[in-house]
Amino acid sequence: MKVGLFIPCYVDALYPHVGVATSKLLHYLGVDATYPHGQTCCGQPMANAGFEKMSRPLVEKFERTFKDFDYVVIPSVSCAAFVRFNYPKILEHCKVSEKVYDVVEFLHDILKVKALPGKFPHVVSVHNSCHGVRELGLSSPSELPGPRFNKIIDLLHLVSGITVKEPERPDECCGFGGMFAVEEPDVSKRMGEDKLAEHIATGAEYITGPDCSCLMHLQGVARKEHKNIKFKHVVEILAAGL
Amino acid sequence: MSTLHAKRAREFLKDPAKITHHDQTFWGMRMSRDKMVTQIPEWEELRDKASEIKRHTITHLADYLEEFSDHLEKNGVHVLWARDAKEFNQMVLKILTDHHVKKMVKSKSMMTEECGMNDFLKARGIDVVETDLGERILQLMHLKPAHIVVPAIHITRQQVAHTFEEKGMSQEEGNDDPTYLTRCARNSLRSEFLEAGAGMTGCNFGVAKTGDVVVCTNEGNADMATSMPKLHIVAMGLEKVIPDYASLAFFQRLLCRSATGQPTTTYTSHFRKPRPGGEMYVILIDNGRSDFIANPDHWETLKCIRCGACMNTCPVYRRSTGYSYSFFIPGPIGIDLGMLKDPKANSGNVSACSLCLSCDEVCPVHVNPGSQIYLWRQQLDHFGTANSEKKLMSWGMARVYNNYFMYDTALKMAPLLNHVPEAIIGNPKWSPWCVGHKMPVFVRKPFHVIEKDLEKEYGKESTTKL
Repeated sequence: MKVGLFIPCYVDALYPHVGVATSKLLHYLGVDATYPHGQTCCGQPMANAGFEKMSRPLVEKFERTFKDFDYVVIPSVSCAAFVRFNYPKILEHCKVSEKVYDVVEFLHDILKVKALPGKFPHVVSVHNSCHGVRELGLSSPSELPGPRFNKIIDLLHLVSGITVKEPERPDECCGFGGMFAVEEPDVSKRMGEDKLAEHIATGAEYITGPDCSCLMHLQGVARKEHKNIKFKHVVEILAAGL
Repeated sequence: MSTLHAKRAREFLKDPAKITHHDQTFWGMRMSRDKMVTQIPEWEELRDKASEIKRHTITHLADYLEEFSDHLEKNGVHVLWARDAKEFNQMVLKILTDHHVKKMVKSKSMMTEECGMNDFLKARGIDVVETDLGERILQLMHLKPAHIVVPAIHITRQQVAHTFEEKGMSQEEGNDDPTYLTRCARNSLRSEFLEAGAGMTGCNFGVAKTGDVVVCTNEGNADMATSMPKLHIVAMGLEKVIPDYASLAFFQRLLCRSATGQPTTTYTSHFRKPRPGGEMYVILIDNGRSDFIANPDHWETLKCIRCGACMNTCPVYRRSTGYSYSFFIPGPIGIDLGMLKDPKANSGNVSACSLCLSCDEVCPVHVNPGSQIYLWRQQLDHFGTANSEKKLMSWGMARVYNNYFMYDTALKMAPLLNHVPEAIIGNPKWSPWCVGHKMPVFVRKPFHVIEKDLEKEYGKESTTKL
């Protein structure tokens, strides 16, 4: 199994430890993951802002970089969802879109991880990012009928000592939305405040989720309002002790 | 960088308690809808089928419209075709003038709102009285609907009491008991029903096979408006036609559950022909719809059955309220319909979406309003309404991402930003991010640098640069 690792631009610049945790966890699980140097961004920010055309060179580059891998793993649901669902619309005969997995999906559905070595004796509140829920299907969307599931929570329960909570309105948007946060700053702020309050109300010490961009937004709001809660990407908890 | 929607939203958000109330009210409707959905195991099949029926009908619209109008005419109903709002208003005016009508009662119709009919008729000496309670309150307050199903939900009962007192409908000063106020409205409307020379309704569904005009209300006001006056006028958008009763059953099951979380509307009225001794007109209005069908990316927006579920679930609508949008229909579907109607005038709404896609999941006919907004964003540049700052920012980002040297250098320099004083970098004036956030902290060693050490740790050769 040839696995390529894509670490999104903002994770590279702001949350390198999330990349490290992903790499270490995959290594521990016996996956030979390669990080091709020279990678930058998947192209999502420009496309969501309305300039999909500007993303095309990045889409082509991504395709070239990862075309020979069996799987491409990304620790970020919105980037993974963008590659899977928008790449085929931007690039004809796109191959890589079918090979892309968010790290949670990859661990849960492909590797089918059943045990993890770490301990994390803390209360965490799970942040179900929109594109993880409604595009990648990491959990059952609250809008739809049918059996309830949550792949993030399944994996977190493999870590010993952890207490997992979910906020009320478990999959309502936190208000990040890429450029939405700067174009509609007041609405974004209010959505962030509401979301943060729901997470804090669970009594959690940490907010954890599969997308650093939502966490970056919530952390920015929390710091501005001096709210005392910590943030960790899911993979950091899953890689605890490695 | 702020759009028209963002600027208006900022004003409404200055009253946080009001926003909390607004958010909770509509979230409550979303919850009621969810409860209904869980009781119907075949819900997803219903949505798929309803979407297929609409796709089929819209792509065979001419045939179904002909069948519909043939049946109406056979039943003795006058059928008129209005190309646009102007033509529609003129037609209504002519019918009313010919019948010497000075006052018309009407039930809720977003179609007449779209055409600006009330103001048009009022300016020509005809009194139009809204009979849906919410619409009536708004009419008395000279306000526009803020939601398509519950248009006055943002008005408090204290405001209603005050308005009713002002208009002489309530004699008890300060009494804001909802039951009391409803009785006041009922008493006053009763005389309007008796005095009116014509009654107007909208149309939720027009059944081609039978010529039924189906109107769904919770207050029974459509039935009052058509049972008292002898003249009934129906305002109906072209896209409201559906094939038959079997297809109506799908929409009937979906509409109210999606809208308010009720199993059905209290009244579902079928109007098929004029009352004995009366007359009935159905005006079929195009007003751009036949052009929308030709839009390859957006024609499915016409499938919308106006349930409002996308508004109720929209986290942005709930926190910015209906009046922050420039189009008369707010929320996700309003953004899309506004862009279809007049992209230059309504581009300022396209920012009002975080692309959470919850609306795609609740839409009973798979219009996918959120995904449509993504597509509209791609077209703003073409309409000349793309925000220049945003465009520059996207262009700059694309430059950096496409040039690894620039990217690597930018990341090396980024930690310097951590040392810029908060007073400068944190000023929301030139950094909208800082309206609600602290700046994130840039690291000295980005992942692509640390990774080389990891490779050594794993005993791997570093992969070559691309």
